[in-house]
Amino acid sequence: MSTATITPNSSQLSTGRDGFRHLLRAEWTKFRTVRGWVIGMAVSGLVTVLFGLLAASATHSSCDAPPGQTCGSGPIGPAGQPVTDTFYFVHQTLTGDGSITARVTALSGIITYPQSNPDAIVPGVEPWTKAGIIVKDNTNQGSPYAAVMVTGGHGVRMQYNYAHDTAGGPGLVAAASPRWLRLTRTGDTLTGYESTDGRRWTTVGTARLTGLATTVQTGLFVTSPGDVQVQQGLGSGAARHHTQATAVFDQVSLHGQAAGRWSGDGVGGANGTDLERDHPAGMTRSGGTFTVTGSGDIAPVDDPGRDIERALIGVFAGLIAMIVVATLFVTAEYRRGMIRTTLAASPHRGQVLAAKAVVIGSVTFVAGLLATAVTVPLSERVLRANGAHFFPVATLTELRVIAGTAALLAAAAVLALAVGASTRRSAAVVTAVIVAVILPYFLAVTSAVPTAAAEWLLRITPAAAFAIQQSVPPYPQVSGAYTPSNGYFPLAPWAGFAVLCGYTALALGVAALRLRRRDA
Amino acid sequence: MRTPPDAHGMGLRTALHAEWTKLRSVWGALWLLLATIASTAAIGLIAVAGVSCPSAGCDADPAKISLAGISLGQAVIAVLAVAAIAGEYSTGMIRVSLAAVPRRGTVLTAKALVTTAVALVAGTIAVPGSVLAGRLILPGKGFTADHGYPPLSLTDGPVLRAATGSVLYLALIALLSLGVATAVRDSATATGVVLGLLYLFPILAAVVSDPDWSRRLQQIGPMSAGLAIQATTGLHDLPIAPWAGLGVLTAWTAAALLAGGVLLRLRDA
Repeated sequence: MSTATITPNSSQLSTGRDGFRHLLRAEWTKFRTVRGWVIGMAVSGLVTVLFGLLAASATHSSCDAPPGQTCGSGPIGPAGQPVTDTFYFVHQTLTGDGSITARVTALSGIITYPQSNPDAIVPGVEPWTKAGIIVKDNTNQGSPYAAVMVTGGHGVRMQYNYAHDTAGGPGLVAAASPRWLRLTRTGDTLTGYESTDGRRWTTVGTARLTGLATTVQTGLFVTSPGDVQVQQGLGSGAARHHTQATAVFDQVSLHGQAAGRWSGDGVGGANGTDLERDHPAGMTRSGGTFTVTGSGDIAPVDDPGRDIERALIGVFAGLIAMIVVATLFVTAEYRRGMIRTTLAASPHRGQVLAAKAVVIGSVTFVAGLLATAVTVPLSERVLRANGAHFFPVATLTELRVIAGTAALLAAAAVLALAVGASTRRSAAVVTAVIVAVILPYFLAVTSAVPTAAAEWLLRITPAAAFAIQQSVPPYPQVSGAYTPSNGYFPLAPWAGFAVLCGYTALALGVAALRLRRRDA
Repeated sequence: MRTPPDAHGMGLRTALHAEWTKLRSVWGALWLLLATIASTAAIGLIAVAGVSCPSAGCDADPAKISLAGISLGQAVIAVLAVAAIAGEYSTGMIRVSLAAVPRRGTVLTAKALVTTAVALVAGTIAVPGSVLAGRLILPGKGFTADHGYPPLSLTDGPVLRAATGSVLYLALIALLSLGVATAVRDSATATGVVLGLLYLFPILAAVVSDPDWSRRLQQIGPMSAGLAIQATTGLHDLPIAPWAGLGVLTAWTAAALLAGGVLLRLRDA
């Protein structure tokens, strides 16, 4: 018969790895035998799922889609992400390999009712206004493309498939400083060039568009995104003003198997807005000179549904319950005097704290992972059943959000445990941790504080960790309202999570120190 | 032994005295009071420092911004109120309290009165302080008379309503917390429940995409409805009218105190 390893004089043995394992087992036994804690953990998982489903079932389709179809979806890009694809396109078909060249000699535009002059339509070019040449699979929105362009404030760029952007030479276009642009197709590879004189060319970038059709549309395009002003007041946080741009092209030449004549189309619709009644989009041609007017954007959308984040809204309720359980996991020992027994059995106080942290961290991670992994697919089903659209994100991103949220719960629970071990006062600990983790998020997301203050709160407080849930990245080449109230965090996902981990590590260090110095 | 004829009156007065003694000697109430004032002022300052109004009609509510700190101050007041009763359960002191004053309703009333008094004191210092900070700082941020924002003043009707309402709001949150803590009896759980009630409604409302649901959640949430009292601009777009919102919070508080009172009467301590 094997003998039990715990003997009355085991304190010498418990220094090693074996001792820590016993500690872990002891702490796990404590956890699972207190009914209130197990119930609390189960409740936190349940509310996470239930709140998510409630939020999903409260979301119905708000447009008039034909029966059986979902709506609110908009075009989807080749990578499966929602995109904007609206521009004026002067095009011909091109079969097989070939190239297109054009010179841009002018770029101008108008901005409607900007903040500086809310009563007028003023001349002005949005910095991400785009005018240039494009090779596009077809004229449907969301189809693969590659383009070289001049912009209103970011020089020459090569962009392809909505999310990719490469910078070329800087500078603005004017009659005195025109830009030559060239795009060549060799198989699936498209290469963009620029030149100031049409003789010396420099490469801007290359793109591989796998599966690009043999016969494509190529030509001139102009588009101009809304002018976004992030307000420093409260409320919605950003205003978007409609803009329109006009570019003048000449020296247009097409090499390869081109067919047909130049024809103009508003991809994504044109001339549907009030502005365009007086300022129509379109193309006029005189000899070899094309004047093209358009508005819109070719880019990932900056305000997608945030459906995954929304599905995980119940995490806030679950988090509160987990913080309560994690706090009680240590403060209850002080209240009942159990801590003296614990420390008598294992005099290494740092190890006791570590064991408690490992147990509560693992339990919350597993419970949180179960809850988030169930919630996301379930609310996706509910949304689809309601006829609402569920914005797709890449699988890796989805996994990061699901696992990262569980890790966030675990880190917050360990933080509560550590603060509890330092201060021993349950109510104060629960409040402090909830206030530190949730209140900054609440203030930022509900626009209760101005945008600049909200971004600072989400940089320096533990609430920065919610960046791990951000499913859509901000794109530098899109003029978007990248504010916390729109779901954009100032820190990258893992950097934000690291802020919370930093607080947790600090609290653990302080707790270990105070545990060693004080009497229990 | 005979009970004195005016047992009830004496009971409340002695109970009040006892609660006041406990409050100032045990809970670190002074610290919590100072923390409430400091945290309210701190968040108010962050909000005021971060806002700007570059042109006329910038769609901001200066009184509400100045009083943004209540969202943090209420959490500290909640700790104080929860500790007032749950702290006694954790130490067993509650059995002594109930032995000394056997009428349980009297004990709860005394605790409610003392807690309310503390919350009112904290509010009466923190709220005018926040308004003063707004009055001094906001004009430098573009909230000038030119842009349609005269300096904040408590003599202005809506601002006075926002300020008075915020003080009342703090007192109601203290009572709500006391009621929840009496029902739950554990300080950690009670704090979790109270903060969940306060913060979850507005977070849910911000995330739910259906505008009707979002509005409904803001109308029934104790914090989102109660803080409608702080609005001084855009009153037509509020999900709930200012005083009606404070009424919703009062209903929550009454329900919590009732539940706490009934459970206190029915259960063994």
